[in-house]
Amino acid sequence: MSSIQPSEKMRTRDVIAAAKKRERFGKLVPHILLVVTSLTVLATLGIVYTLLKETFIFFTHINVSDFVFGTEWAPFSNGSPAFGVLPLLIGTLKIALVALLIAVPVGLACAIFLSEYASPKVKKIIKPIIELLAGIPTIVYGFFALTFVTPFLQTLIPSLKLFNALSAGIVVGIMILPMIVSLSEDALSAVPATFREGAYALGSTRFETAIKVVIPAAVSGIASSIILAASRAVGETMIVSLAAGSTPAFNLDLTGSIQTMTSYIVQVATGDAGYGTTIYYSIYAVGFMLFLFTFLMNRTALYVKTKFREDY
Amino acid sequence: MDNNLLIKTNRRIVKDSIMKWLFGTASFLLIVLIAFLFYGIGADGVGRLNLSLFTNFGSRFPEQAGLKAALVGTLSLMAVVIPVSMFIGICSAIYLEEYAVKNKWTAFIEMNISNLAGVPSVVFGLLGLTVFSRALFLGNSILAAGLTMSVLILPIIIVASQEAIRSVPDNLREASYGMGATKWQTITQVIMPSSIGSILTGSILSFSRAIGETAPLIVLGIPVIIQFLPTGPLSTFTALPMQIYDWAKRPQPEFADVASAGIIVLLVILVTMNAFAIYFRNKAMKKLQN
Repeated sequence: MSSIQPSEKMRTRDVIAAAKKRERFGKLVPHILLVVTSLTVLATLGIVYTLLKETFIFFTHINVSDFVFGTEWAPFSNGSPAFGVLPLLIGTLKIALVALLIAVPVGLACAIFLSEYASPKVKKIIKPIIELLAGIPTIVYGFFALTFVTPFLQTLIPSLKLFNALSAGIVVGIMILPMIVSLSEDALSAVPATFREGAYALGSTRFETAIKVVIPAAVSGIASSIILAASRAVGETMIVSLAAGSTPAFNLDLTGSIQTMTSYIVQVATGDAGYGTTIYYSIYAVGFMLFLFTFLMNRTALYVKTKFREDY
Repeated sequence: MDNNLLIKTNRRIVKDSIMKWLFGTASFLLIVLIAFLFYGIGADGVGRLNLSLFTNFGSRFPEQAGLKAALVGTLSLMAVVIPVSMFIGICSAIYLEEYAVKNKWTAFIEMNISNLAGVPSVVFGLLGLTVFSRALFLGNSILAAGLTMSVLILPIIIVASQEAIRSVPDNLREASYGMGATKWQTITQVIMPSSIGSILTGSILSFSRAIGETAPLIVLGIPVIIQFLPTGPLSTFTALPMQIYDWAKRPQPEFADVASAGIIVLLVILVTMNAFAIYFRNKAMKKLQN
């Protein structure tokens, strides 16, 4: 018996030492984790800082008002390069509008069908397909637009160019569809069943219940999903780069080649504009505008969702 | 009077069933669309799906063009993205869920993550170009692209991991503390094992986003036709979506077929990853139910 005692004492001491070590380590852990977590803040700061810094240099080359209000975008012109951003904005707007015209009606119809009409069985089939649609890379959509949608539309509209805003916009619409469907469906499903039961008890049909009771109750979530989808359409790059061309156009024509903010950045990046040239800095100015637009839209979506949410 | 009411009611019922069909057709349209997309690309690309597609490097000639460099490049890219994004993502989620006190800095970090999630991918490319490629002299290497992609998918991993950690029931934590475990022991030995399934699901989905993302790679200036395999993290490389982008842009119709074949390979990889994600999700659900 006596021969065991010293080693038992050792064990107790070891246990205490280990516990103390654990405690010291335990105190250190949150600090280490906080540092790692703060890296995400560093990423945002990095984005804002690089965009602002290079944009600032760009504005030492080009007048701010010439950039914001200029109607000609011709950075590669040898004689008189022009950096008026409005053609790029119009191009971006065309894509976003066509996309929303496709995605909002179809997306909402699909969301209402899923939440108000579909049986659980049908829901179980359609929802994974929508998830699948959401997981397809945009490069695939871009290829789809260029090789399938454009030739098909050309049989309907013979004057349609190979690169055009219409087919790119339609495919961007298909790309943002899953977002509108799943976010709106979430909002509709969150409306309590008692609302529907009340409407049914008063003799409403399912359509009347959906239009007059459920949708008004879910309108903040639906509006926020549309704004988020619009922001996604504004930031979409690969579909427009492949299918919409790279000709800045200051008009309202949908059948011709255009250029968006994103596809301009891609055009410069694939070419060889030297470091330090005005063209090099211009992609940051355009990128900053893009960042600003999407940031404001995302914030608005969040604001609409929380501010106008009805709590049941 | 009665007759009038009957007609009115009938009309409302007819309207209801018409709208049901309309809404149903919209949903059906999605299925038709996806079938058309897969069929179109499948029919064009399947003829080019042969061994040479996987053993050849990129080429000027469509019949010789292959994916070898792109496949190895994408794998190498993921070898950087997976450890970096998972380490930062899971650490952040643990901090925000288990340690963070509700103060302004925490609220700021949370807001910041949700903002980061909405930034267009091409802007992440500009960040990568300025910070990783130029300021840190990483050029158009695997490391520069991998770090850029990691930042891009970080918000997705963090949010998914936060949800996973939040769904671990509190009585598991309390039981662990009751047995004398420290907070860190509880995290590593109780919370992590029971949430790792859901964390993996979210992470795999974000990796499939990183595999298909093209715009940041273009901005970083990742080249397309490369006749060698990457030798290390600082080596130049090309990736699957870059290769597809290059083929899709070329005017010759033969290249459209090669692009279709490349897309089939890309989609097969993504579908396989999604299958794994669903497997982990189901496993995690079962675990939580028990």
